[in-house]
Amino acid sequence: MSDAMNNPANSLLVQDARTAKRNAAEKRFRFFGIAAIATGLVFLVILLTAIFSNGTGAFQQTFLTVPVHLDETKLDKAGNRDIEDIKKVSTFGYNPLIQQAVFDMVQAQGIETPFTKRGDMKALISASAAAQLRDEVIANPDLIGQTIEFRVLATSRVDGYLKGRVTRESVERDKNIDAEHFDLVDGLRDAGIVKKSFNWDFITGADASESRPEQAGMGVAMVGSFFMMLVVLLCALPIGVAASIYLEEFAPQNRWTDLIEVNISNLAAVPSIVFGILGLAVFIQFAHLPQSAPLVGGLVLTLMTLPTIIISTRASLKAVPPSIRDAALGVGASKMQSVFHHVLPLAMPGILTGTIIGLAQALGETAPLLLIGMVGYIASDMPDGFLGGFLDPNSAMPAQIYEWAKRADPAYYERAWGGIIILLMFLMTMNIIAVILRRRFERRW
Amino acid sequence: MSFVKLTASAIAIAAVSASAASARDQVQVAGSSTVLPYASIVAEAFGENFDFPTPVVESGGSSAGLKRFCQGVGEEQTDIANASRKIRDKEIAACAENGVTDIIEVRIGYDGIVFASQLDGPAYTTFTPSDIFNALAPKVVVDGALVDNPYKQWSDFNADLPAEDILAFIPGTKHGTREVFEEKVIAAGCEATGAMEAMIAGGMSEDDAEDACLAVASDGRAVDIDGDYTETLASIDANSNGIGVFGLAFYENNTDKLKVATMSGVEPTTETIASGEYPVSRPLYFYVKKAHIGVIPGLKEFAEFFVSDEIAGPDGPLAEYGLVSDPELAATQAAVAAEDVMQ
Repeated sequence: MSDAMNNPANSLLVQDARTAKRNAAEKRFRFFGIAAIATGLVFLVILLTAIFSNGTGAFQQTFLTVPVHLDETKLDKAGNRDIEDIKKVSTFGYNPLIQQAVFDMVQAQGIETPFTKRGDMKALISASAAAQLRDEVIANPDLIGQTIEFRVLATSRVDGYLKGRVTRESVERDKNIDAEHFDLVDGLRDAGIVKKSFNWDFITGADASESRPEQAGMGVAMVGSFFMMLVVLLCALPIGVAASIYLEEFAPQNRWTDLIEVNISNLAAVPSIVFGILGLAVFIQFAHLPQSAPLVGGLVLTLMTLPTIIISTRASLKAVPPSIRDAALGVGASKMQSVFHHVLPLAMPGILTGTIIGLAQALGETAPLLLIGMVGYIASDMPDGFLGGFLDPNSAMPAQIYEWAKRADPAYYERAWGGIIILLMFLMTMNIIAVILRRRFERRW
Repeated sequence: MSFVKLTASAIAIAAVSASAASARDQVQVAGSSTVLPYASIVAEAFGENFDFPTPVVESGGSSAGLKRFCQGVGEEQTDIANASRKIRDKEIAACAENGVTDIIEVRIGYDGIVFASQLDGPAYTTFTPSDIFNALAPKVVVDGALVDNPYKQWSDFNADLPAEDILAFIPGTKHGTREVFEEKVIAAGCEATGAMEAMIAGGMSEDDAEDACLAVASDGRAVDIDGDYTETLASIDANSNGIGVFGLAFYENNTDKLKVATMSGVEPTTETIASGEYPVSRPLYFYVKKAHIGVIPGLKEFAEFFVSDEIAGPDGPLAEYGLVSDPELAATQAAVAAEDVMQ
């Protein structure tokens, strides 16, 4: 007996083999858990580093400040400042003026360069400069004949050089620009004429063609996304909430409601491209709604978001304790009054959280938009007014990113990453709002 | 109940917008992803210089674009289809069936198809169609007999090529580029190596042999790329021994990552393609629905602007981007101005 008492194997202070094994198992499990989280974090860090190191460049852009002489003999041959005559001079008529201006400036600054023609300056100035000048002249024809300072975009190659993306070696076989141009850029930078600054146009501007990535911006696509989200919100929230209230509070429990329930869950798992095909067939080919319109995009995304909203709404309705309903019914409220006066307000934070998360999901969706004509060179003009926002052809943020990522010029690649940063900001804001709503208003019983 | 009001107004707005969904005022273009860059450059300049809204250019491939083009006449249908190949008789018939009868064909210029590999990769600097055929065909001629392709490395059949495993990234079948690749490279190689003769000698009819010539081995040496050239570029980046098929314009925008191979000794440049010396090139087209001219504002102006000298000419922005301008541009301009339809 005393042997047994002294046997350390039975002591509470000393672990026996089985306990040691169990504790070891727990330790291992904790370690695996930490390892899993760490792996996740590592991937997140890698992803974020990749996004920010590749994308921050898009928020900076290189500009040149050039005094341009708006030559009357070129821009207004008749000399009568007739706006119709001035409009006849296309952007191609403005290009020589800008090239001459840059060339004169290089001469005036005394920067040594092997270039002797104004045409050689083409490699420095974005093709957008001519359009910018033409717009200003048409808006204010009195500028003709004067010398005006313009702040114009540099080409994507020059921009890339200042950002370190393009080097003298990498343009060796480039037919659009030579290493000597970069010597010139160095000179102009030292003279303060070529400058990098924050690129508001990237956030507010429109898409640009393949020949001038330096001009491309997300603004129009952002507006497209906004109108699509508006359609989703206006359609999916009422339909989703009404459906869930009926299913949760009024519908009898039978085979039919079971079937509907299973199908809503199935719908949530349908790949989004299927909704795109459906949208093409129903909204465009059958209902004849316009191609590439945010209205159609919004309707397609509504179908996609509905199950998310229904499932989260039903969950938050379920979370309201039956005693609330019973109390309301007990003091003589009708079933509908008890739902709308008591249950729904209490479930609202959960419903809103679910809706915001559904919207965030829809905001990042590209696949269904491929089929309804929202990918391509589309987001080129700001929509016309509020109704135009729904109906004018537009793209969406993720579709714009996809489009940029497949364009040939590497400068577009940088912009695609920049677009991802903007999209992430939106998603993060929406998710933070959802978290705050839940924290502040959700009641627990 | 404000909630019900909100719902009602939402539905009302949706209904109003749907009924207002008429009177389209911008030109709609869809089709080939090879033509997309050019079309977008023209659309942008068009929007800047005219009082019409900027046309909308969608991508999706030549076949998809023509299919949509042929769906009918009306405001909800596209006005222009871009194509990196000529429209097929089958497609013209499908068009006619849906009431799209008067089609204006416009050739904008030529595009070169080049073979390129990693800048620092193996020395793939010169190919002939026979090399490509020997590398990629399922059956090749060895010592006068047609056998299953025994070659594993480029040097197995041409000692001048590097001793590297054969791996080629070629455009998938939905691309117009694939057709040109098959006709101008694989079929040419088939004839040059004598494989076609051997097939006919083996009892095949001439037509069957021509079809069999276009086949590409499916054992992993040739990888179909269904996406865009950026996907091919990524594949080349990851495989130093790979060669890829690109458009000339894409290559010229990525000369810092890719080096191009000559074909039968000719280097692909806009000059050699224009002169016809470089063998692998194809015309690019767009097709206009004549019934839409006068209905959709700016459609004819856009088509004329597209082929004008300042845009599509040898010094225009399209040539700068990589298009080989058409020597017969003047005839095209006249045809567009006269709205000449295809017969």
